[in-house]
This record gives sequence, structure tokens and C-alpha cells, in this order.
Amino acid sequence: MDLTGLSLTTITLFIPMIGLVILLFMNGETQRDNIKWVAFGTSIVAFVAAVLMWVNFDPSVAGLQMAQRNTWAEVSLGESVINISYFVGVDGISLLLVLLTTFIMPIAILGSFGSQIFEERGREKLYYIFMMLLEWSMIGVFVVHDLIIFYVFWEVTLVPMYFLIGIWGAEERIYAAVKFFLYTMAGSILMLIAILYVGNKSGTFSTYSAAGDVGVIEMVQSYEGEGSYWDPAPDEEEDTGFLLSSVESFLFLGFLVAFAIKVPIFPFHSWLPDAHVQAPTAGSVILAGVLLKMGTYGIVRFNLTMFPEAAVAWAPTIAFLGVVGIIYGAWVSYAQDNVKKLVAYSSVSHLGFVVLGIFALNSQGLQGATLQMVNHGISTGGLFLIVGMLYERWHTKEMADYGGIWKMMPAFGAISLVISLSSMGLPGLNGFIGEFTILMGSLGSKYLGFAFTLIATLGVIMAAVYLLKMFQHVFMGEHRNPLSDETRYKLQWNEIAAFIPILIMIFWIGIQPIVFFNMLDISVDSIAALFAP
Amino acid sequence: MENLPLLVPLVILTPALGAIVNFFVGAKLGEKWSGYIGCFASIFAFIISLLLLTYVTGTDGAAAVVNPPLVDGWLRIESIGLEIPWQLRVDSLSVTMMLVVTGVGSLIHLYARGYMHGDKLYPRFFAYLNMFLAFMLTLVTANNFLMLFVGWEGVGLCSFLLIGFWWDKKMPEGWKNSNAARKAFIVNRIGDFGLLMAMFLIFWTFGTLDFYKAGELPNTEAKYLAGWREHNGLADHSDDDAKSADGDKQKDDGHGGSYVCEPAGPAAHDDSHGVESGYGAPNPLASDIRAIYCDNHHFDTDYLGVFGQTQERFGTGETVDFGGFQMAFDDVIFLIALFMLLGVTGKSAQIPLFIWLPDAMAGPTPVSALIHAATMVTAGVYMMVRANVMLWELNHGGYVIGLIITLVGSGTALMAGYIALGQWDIKRVLAYSTISQLGFMVAAVGIGAYVAAMFHLVTHAVFKALLFLGSGSVIHGVEHGRHHAREHSQGQDDDDDHHDQEFDAQDMRNMGGLRRRMPITYITYLIGTLALAGIFPFAGFWSKDEILADAWYEGFQLNELSGFIAFGILLVAAAFTAFYMWRQIVLVFFDEARSEAARQAPESNGAMLLPLVVLAIFTCVIGLINVPKATPIFSNIYESYEFKHFLEHSLLSVSRGHSLDFNLLIAGIALALGIASIVVAHNVYKGKGLTPDNGDQLERHASSRVAFRLANARLYWDEIYSKAVEQPFNRLATFLADRIDWDFLHNYFHDSIIKRGFDSIAKLLGQPFDLGIIDGAVNGVAWLVQRLANWMRGMQTGYVRLYAVVIFIGVVAVILLMLLPFIQTMLQSGS
Repeated sequence: MDLTGLSLTTITLFIPMIGLVILLFMNGETQRDNIKWVAFGTSIVAFVAAVLMWVNFDPSVAGLQMAQRNTWAEVSLGESVINISYFVGVDGISLLLVLLTTFIMPIAILGSFGSQIFEERGREKLYYIFMMLLEWSMIGVFVVHDLIIFYVFWEVTLVPMYFLIGIWGAEERIYAAVKFFLYTMAGSILMLIAILYVGNKSGTFSTYSAAGDVGVIEMVQSYEGEGSYWDPAPDEEEDTGFLLSSVESFLFLGFLVAFAIKVPIFPFHSWLPDAHVQAPTAGSVILAGVLLKMGTYGIVRFNLTMFPEAAVAWAPTIAFLGVVGIIYGAWVSYAQDNVKKLVAYSSVSHLGFVVLGIFALNSQGLQGATLQMVNHGISTGGLFLIVGMLYERWHTKEMADYGGIWKMMPAFGAISLVISLSSMGLPGLNGFIGEFTILMGSLGSKYLGFAFTLIATLGVIMAAVYLLKMFQHVFMGEHRNPLSDETRYKLQWNEIAAFIPILIMIFWIGIQPIVFFNMLDISVDSIAALFAP
Repeated sequence: MENLPLLVPLVILTPALGAIVNFFVGAKLGEKWSGYIGCFASIFAFIISLLLLTYVTGTDGAAAVVNPPLVDGWLRIESIGLEIPWQLRVDSLSVTMMLVVTGVGSLIHLYARGYMHGDKLYPRFFAYLNMFLAFMLTLVTANNFLMLFVGWEGVGLCSFLLIGFWWDKKMPEGWKNSNAARKAFIVNRIGDFGLLMAMFLIFWTFGTLDFYKAGELPNTEAKYLAGWREHNGLADHSDDDAKSADGDKQKDDGHGGSYVCEPAGPAAHDDSHGVESGYGAPNPLASDIRAIYCDNHHFDTDYLGVFGQTQERFGTGETVDFGGFQMAFDDVIFLIALFMLLGVTGKSAQIPLFIWLPDAMAGPTPVSALIHAATMVTAGVYMMVRANVMLWELNHGGYVIGLIITLVGSGTALMAGYIALGQWDIKRVLAYSTISQLGFMVAAVGIGAYVAAMFHLVTHAVFKALLFLGSGSVIHGVEHGRHHAREHSQGQDDDDDHHDQEFDAQDMRNMGGLRRRMPITYITYLIGTLALAGIFPFAGFWSKDEILADAWYEGFQLNELSGFIAFGILLVAAAFTAFYMWRQIVLVFFDEARSEAARQAPESNGAMLLPLVVLAIFTCVIGLINVPKATPIFSNIYESYEFKHFLEHSLLSVSRGHSLDFNLLIAGIALALGIASIVVAHNVYKGKGLTPDNGDQLERHASSRVAFRLANARLYWDEIYSKAVEQPFNRLATFLADRIDWDFLHNYFHDSIIKRGFDSIAKLLGQPFDLGIIDGAVNGVAWLVQRLANWMRGMQTGYVRLYAVVIFIGVVAVILLMLLPFIQTMLQSGS
């Protein structure tokens, strides 16, 4: 099959680039009003393109669809010649995350319309340029199947986010931006080394097979000799020494550390509260909504498929960290007095569920985890929007300064309640579907035990504890700081427009998740099959 | 008739729709129409429930499974065979619950129109009430555990919203209200955790969460029936009730005749998402099952839901493989039951999770009546009765689950009854009374008296709703009286305002003498009290007596420990019940008024009194639905055990001592005890000139002082929980957040170890590498660190734009490079 022709994936991927180029040629001062519309329009077009991909997607087929592969460069590494190729395409997992990215982006852009941050810091054009760049790189991460190009996209995402935090962030934005950049970059270096090793060993950087070229995954899976593909000679002490002595284990960890920092898996989360608290609203929404998912996506896409034996060996350890993250994140979240920090730590807890689901290494766990990535993107993205809107009005992030807002803004209060409930996993809303499937998967996992599920399920209680604390303190109680401008109690049109799609998705996934499970089913099952007996 | 179950989605949809309308346009509709819509939705659901009742009785106990249109599937993952549908179940048990919920619910809706009159959030109140009904009906009509859980958490949410309904009252009361709401939600979540765990275990054990599969026969008792038939060498129906006394393994199959190996019944219909009737069903699945069953006397477990499989697989010594661990099937069921029990203690307010219910009285009184007395809190009992097969099998397999449940239930009944003796708040007494009565029901489940538990659930729903609504009427009256009093005394008394602040319209010390001011409220309240105290012939007499009789039978006839425990403890609790209720009657209605407010309290309006009267009438007669066999006089008039026979169609394991004759001794003991308690209470409190300052009669006597104070302090449960759970939890949270996360991980670990270490390594590497020994990867790190340092400096000195442009150029270059081969191919193919 010829894969060199232009594919829908490429089109979707480069739509933000078109928007970016248009923005570059606009005048930041005279066309200020139009800029945001160009950005918003582009993100909508990208979303439409992603939906078109969904329409074209055949959920009954395993493997990549709408793929495109063009050789980019041939690198001589030692004796071998390795192809680096522009290789894009989607399976169910990729498609779902592309949909998430293109879904969150217009919401984030809408949320920044008329933000006071532009009055303060200006540079609106640059802001939207970075947004476009961010969208491009994020989509890239989710659709690329060449390790080198993946690495490029992976690193490029850092740049716009770095500037979004650094320029339009809160008081300690510089510290947060640098920390964010350095922290995630440091992890990525190990991944780069692992990528180079993989390329050198297998002679290709393509993970999937395409157009006659065998990809890394197939090589690993079809290996029939002794030991594993990465460690052809069976390790004498495989049972006891596997964790540290095998090549596969090192490669696995090389990738994992990069992803774990991004997720972040406990204890690699200490960049997160800084980045979230300092980032502008749209930055937080995208950070929580999409960027963190790159980590969990990477684990599913690369760690599990390329290093299945190491994944099995490490599963209990990483799942344990996930469980610790669930409880720890929730507990720390509960202790916060800063609303934004509270929501930030809740991500650690929620993504702990995702990690647990992934390392359950069965279909339930993986499907739940993938869907939970989307759910978390929607509900936590929504929570950050709420916090942003509060901040625009009251200019504080301290819970003690709020109170009684439900009475003053009834619609806003009701929406916030629904989003909080979705985040704490109320059945019938989206969060529950993911959590339930994950926890169910973890109980039936061959590699985990009863205790994992038991402790992780306690996280469901904890979620109610910290989210209700937030809801009670912000929305109930006495209204302490009335706004001088009464009209600000009304929601702006763009704020309502940002909430509506979120609410729709919360109920849709909650009541009819079948559509999404269908999208995932075959793709995830082919990964889960690696770990079935 | 066969198509009637198709209406069951309407039972949920109508209140849901009512909620939506009231939520979005209620404010525009105004109080009158908003109330109409709320009441209409509820009454409509009640009418549908009645129709469903005619279906179940008319088809002699058929059970139907209905897939609602539009949303028939829910959680489905094909590759692993996970299939959890939105699926509703109509059988006698669910219809019973539907009738209770919508019947009592409708009356409370009507009452609320009067009670909430003038509240500025009136439409929202009705929206919440309707939403509650929708979730509660989801809970009771669900055909699988997950849907039950949707209702389970949904009613918890509504409870949260309604307890905190008056969160914007003046502080600190408003804050107290929202605290109570939060507490209810969180404590319930602890119970939900148990239910979640139970569901995970159930899924991996049974491969499904369905109670019964569509077409599966209810009340088949396959295993035992087969054994019994073999034993008797015949395939005939047995006479019901005749064989009750001599053992535990026989089953009634006379009623409902649901086990009939005959060709499919009449009236075939093939609606794609139609009814799949329990027997006489036309669908192929049902007849397949029947064929399999009739041929082999054995079900294929693939066709069976959770409970059918439990019957088939329990005691076979099978092992369940969860992947990571293995467990004997019987042990798994035990574990499931324990986790479920945790869920029950949350929702049905049992030890140790009952602590939220007394606080929940912060909500408006109709809410207390509907949610926190009649319906929601009974969900736990309903679930256990639904899961009776598991409990029954466990009890017979030598597991102590029955004993545990009995201990929890009767312990709760006693403890809460005791606390109720020492409360001053009229609603708080009723709250503890509710906890206590729920304890009766749970204990009944524990001893295997499932029908008795359901019977008490039904009667209690009626008379406790009556009592709560009555207390609402009293509070309403006293508050109005207080307004009158204030208007009259305006300007005369300087202390008045101050005094008014502290006036508590729910404190029984401020009441008294209301008998004459509020006659209808008084009479209906009296009827409710007598019912609750178990006085003949009111509803509570029949249901409480049945629980006691079953416990007695269990203990003294079958020598089960749980029976002795339940009988002994519940008898004492019943005495407490009569005492605290009569104390309440005396304090509220007898003697002279002890406050100006009570002196001027007006009788409530018709909208509030009508439901009281209707409920009072039902309180008088509802006990007759389950008159024991051989009851003097009554058995000649009423069919005996009607309710039991009705429920038999959905309770697979009809409990052991259930067709007991009327036991005059036990009825006599219970009745005498109740009357004696009333007499004692009357003598203690009547005409003793109580004021807010001189304390309770029991407190004035040295012999009972300690006991009263303990009850008054609610046995320090709240204090214990605060010290033992809440405070350590908060302290640990602060410690984790401040010390571990911020000081250590965030500041020390990151700044001192990672960052400084990084810097010094970079410096170390930087010097020697000037000499030109370069390693790619490491060099990259050092180079990047330098670049980043530059960027950072750039940020600080304001050259952001420069660097932005540089990065842009880089990015664009990368893009072009990436696209280059692609452009080449395009050009080539073009030429």
C-alpha cells in the first residue's frame, strides 16, 4: 500500500500551522480584534477536521488508519542505515486524543477572550501564535509514529507553553516556566538516548509497520528466539535480576521517566503546582486538558508496545506509584487554601487512576485509562476555566476570599457543581465511567492484587472530600467580597460558549460511552493482547 | 397487560422532566405552576406505578425486564464481553418500592406546596424533589448493580442539595447547613466505596452485573426445587404455607407458578426494545432457558444473572480466578456481602456511618420526610433484600453474615432509640427514631426475615412520613406563632429581639399545649406515634410484630444466635420507641404552652393538612396487607400474608420462618411493653411544668441523670469521630501538603538536590569539556542548560521577543525540513 499520499491526518495536523502563518502576517496593533477570531476559527476548523477523521475512521480495523509515511532522512549509525520518516496516522487511541486536543483548544481560546491579562501584558498576537504552535505540536505528538519526529514534537510542545507561562503567567511566572521547561526536558533526554538505541538496534525509527517496512513493534512481537527481542540471550537470573539487568528494562525506564514527569506520576509532580498556579487560564486548561495526557499516551503507545516484558516486570511498581498518587494527590489537594493549587493537585490524583488502569495491563484497565484521559481533560479543564473566571472577577485564588457565589451567580454555580461532580466521578457523568472501568480492570489484573483496587477505590471518597471542600468554600457560605461592578456577576457570552461543549461531553460520555469505547476497543485490545496469556 | 411494563421508563422520565422544567423555567412559571408541575410529575409516576402493580398482580407475579428506548446500551466493551445496559426491572419487589416512593412522594410534594410557600427558591426546591424521585426510581427499578448505583449516588447528590438547601441563611446557621450537606455526601461516599468494591468483585465473579437476565425466571429456586421434587418423587405444586414449620430447604412454588414447564404463554409480541417477560414470555431467550431448565433441571450459567448464578454455584467448592489472586467462590460472596453491608451502613444510616442522618435534619422538613425517613434511607434495606439470595446462601453455608448484619441492625436500633430519649429537638427525635427503625429492618434482614423487613419498610415509610410532616406542621405553626407574638409585643419588650434570636422553633421545650391549637395535626401525629410505638391495630404493630416473631422463631425454634440477639435487643428498642414517642407527644401537645409562640401557634393550612390526613388513614390500614396466618378475627376478613405472597415472586429465597401463625404470646409481650412504656412516659412527663432551664424529668432524678445526659450528648459519637477521624485526617493533610510536598519535595528536593546538583554537574562538565572531549548526549545536556540559562536571563532582561523569533525560525525550519520529502514526492508525481 502506498502511504506517501496526503492523508487527512496530515491535513488536521497542519491546520494550526496555517492559522499560525496567517497570524504572523497580521498586524498586532491595528487588527487586534481580528486576531483572536483567526485563532478561534483555526481551532474550530481543526476540530472539524478531527471530526471528519472520526467519520472516516473504521473502528473495526486494528492498526493505523489515514496513515501517511514519507522518508525524511537516512541516518548512518555505525554500520546500519536508519530511516527517519514523516509517519503519521491514527488508531482509536490517537484519534480520541486528537479529538480531545482539538476540542479543548477552541474552549481554551474562548476562555481567553477579553481576558484582563492582555490589558496588563499585551502581546495578544504572540499569545495566539503560541496557542497555534501548541495545538500543532500536541496533535503531532498524538499522530506521529516515528520516534525521532515524535521526540521533536514532544519537545516543541514545551516552547509555547514555556512562553505562555513565562509571559502571561502570575507573579512567579519565570520561576514556574523555567522549572516546567527544565524538569520535563531533563526527563526527555533519557528518552532520546533510548530512542537512539532502539533505532540503532532495529534499524528503523518507525514504530508501526508500513508499506513493507517492518516497524519496531512488529519486530518485538514477532521475535521468536530465546529471551526477548532486546535481550536475545536469556538472562540467567531473569526472575530475580530482570528489573535492573536487562536492556529492555533500561529502555523501558528511559521512556518511562520522560512520560512519568509529564503525567506526572508521584513523586515527579513537583513542577505541576507551580506551572498550573502560575499559568494563565488557557495555559492551565491546556496543560491539564491535553499536555499531561501526552505522558500517559506515551506510556500506552511506546512503553507497552515496544517493551511488553519490562512493562510486566515493572507493572506492580508503577501501579503502586499510581495508587500512591491517587491518595497522596487527593490528600494534599484537600489541604490547599488556594483554589488553583487544589485543582492542580487533583490532577495528580486523577492521573493516578489512569496510571493504575494502564498498568493493570488488561483491556478494561487500558480502555478505562484512555477514556479517563479524555474525562480528566474535560472535567479538570472545566475546573480550571471556573477558577479562571473567578480570578477574572475577584483577582484572588484564595478560597477564603470567595464564598456565596452560587447565590450571586446561580447558573455559574450550577455549572460548577456539575463539573465538580463529574470530576469526583458521580455515576451518570463522564468521570465515573473511566474510574469504574479502571478500577474494575485493576481488580481483574493478572499483575496487580486486591490491595491495589481497595486503596485506589478509597480515592473515590477522597475526591468528594476535596472537591466538596472547594465547592462549599467558594460557592456556599457568606458572600464576603461583593463586586463593585454588578454587571460582572453575569457570565459573558464567551464564557457560556466555553461551558456548553464541556457540559455536553460530560453527559454524553456519562450516559452513552459506547461510542467512545467502540472507537477504542480494537486498538486497545490489540495492546492488551500482548499481556494476555 | 403484557405491554404495561413498557411504561416503566416513564416512571423515571416524568420526574426527570419535571425537574428539568422547574430548573430552567421554574422561576418564570411562578410558584403556583412550578408546584403543579412538581406534584403532577410525582402523581403521574404514582399512577404508572399503580398500572405496573396491576401488571404484576394480573399476571400472577410475572417479572419483566425493559430496555428503555434510545439509551438501551450503556457500558459496553465488546472485545471483553463487558455489557452493562440501561435496563429496568418490573417485579413485585421493585413495584413495591415504586409505590412507596411515588405514593409517599406525591403526598409530600403536595405538602411541600404549602410548607415552602413564599421561599424564594421555591421552583428549585421542586426541581430537586423531582430529581430525587427520578434517581430514587432509577435505584429501585434498576436491573443491574451499576444502574442501582447511579440511583444510589444520585439520591445522595439530591440529599446533599436538599440538606444544604438553606445554605444562604444567616451565618453561622447557613454554614452549618452546608456543613451538614457536605457531611452527608462524604459519609455516604464511604458507603459507596463499599458498594463499588462489591461491584468489582461481582463483575469478575459472575461476568455480569445484572440481577437477573432478561427472560430468566424469577422465583425458580432451581436447585432446591429440583432436589425437593426428587425427594418427593413428583413434579407437582405444593400447597403454600403448609410446610413452613419443619425446615429450611423447602420452597413455595405454588404462588405465581413461575416454575412451569409449559410452552410459552399467550400473546406473543416482538417489540425490539420491549418487555422480556419472566414467564409466559414469547422471546426465544426465555423459552431457551426454559427448555434447558426443563430438560436438565439445571441452568446454564451464561443465561443467568448474578443471583441465579449464586444459587447455582454456591457450595460447589469452585474457585474464582481474579487474575492476580484466587479465592473460593463462597468466600467471594461473603466478601461481597460485607462490602455491600458497608454501603448499607452509609445509605441506611447504621453503625458506624449513621452520623450524617441527624445532621441532615438541617434540610426543609418535607425533605426530611421524603428522603431521610421514607425512601432514600431505606435503599440499603432494599438492596439487601434484593440480594437476599446471596445472604440466604451464606447463612446456610455456615458464614456469619447473618449474625453480623443482625448485630449491626439491632445495635443501631438500640443505640439510636436510646439517644432519642434525650433529645429536645422535635426533628432530631424523629431522626434518631428513623435510624432506630432502620436498624429494625436491617436486623430483620440479618435473621433472614426479608419479607418482614420489606413490610416494616413500607409501613415505616407511611407513618414516619406522617410524623415528619406532622412535626413540620408543628414547627410551621410555632414559627408563625412567634411572628404573631412579635407583632403584638413590638416595642413593649426591650429584651424581645435578643430573646427572639435564641428562640428555637424546633425545641420541644418551647412547645406544649398544641393539642388545642392544632387539633388535626395532633390527631394525625397521635396516630403516627401509636403506629411507631407498635400499638394495635396501627401499621407499626403488624410489621414490628412480624420482625419480633421471626426473631423469636429464629432463636427459640431454630436455635440461631442471631435470632436470640435480635429478639432481645429489638424488644428493648421497641420499649424505648414507645417511651420517646410518648415523651414527644406530651412535650409538644399536652400541658400548657411554654412559650408565647406556642400559645399563638395557628393550625396549618389545608395543603399541609390533607397529606397528613391521607397518611394517617393509611397508617391505620396499611398493616393489613400482611396479616399473619391464624390471627384471631382478622384472618377471617383478610387474606393472610398477602404481601408476602406478592413478594415471593421476586425473592428467590423465601425466608424460613415466614409463614408463622400469629403468635399471641409475642404480640402480647410487644403490645404490653409498648403500652407500659407509654404509661411510664406519661407519668414521668405529664404535668411536670417543664421549662427550658430546669431540665428533663429524667435529668432531675439522680438515678437517671447520667443516663439522660449520655443520651442528650448523643453518646459523644460526633466528638469521637471528630477526635478519631476528622482531626487526624486534617492534620495528616496539612502535614503531607506543607511538610512533605512543599518543604521536602517541592523546595528541598527540587531546588537543593536536583537543581543545585544539576548546576554543579554542568559546571564540572563545562570546564574539562572545553578541552574538546565531547560526548553527544552529555554535551547536549550541558549545552541545553546553558541555553536555558540564557533564556532565563533573556526573560529577565526583556529580550523575550528576540528569543521567540529565534525559536520561530527554528520551528519553521523544522517544519520545512519535515515537509521537504513530501513536497518532493508531490512535485514528482505532479510532473
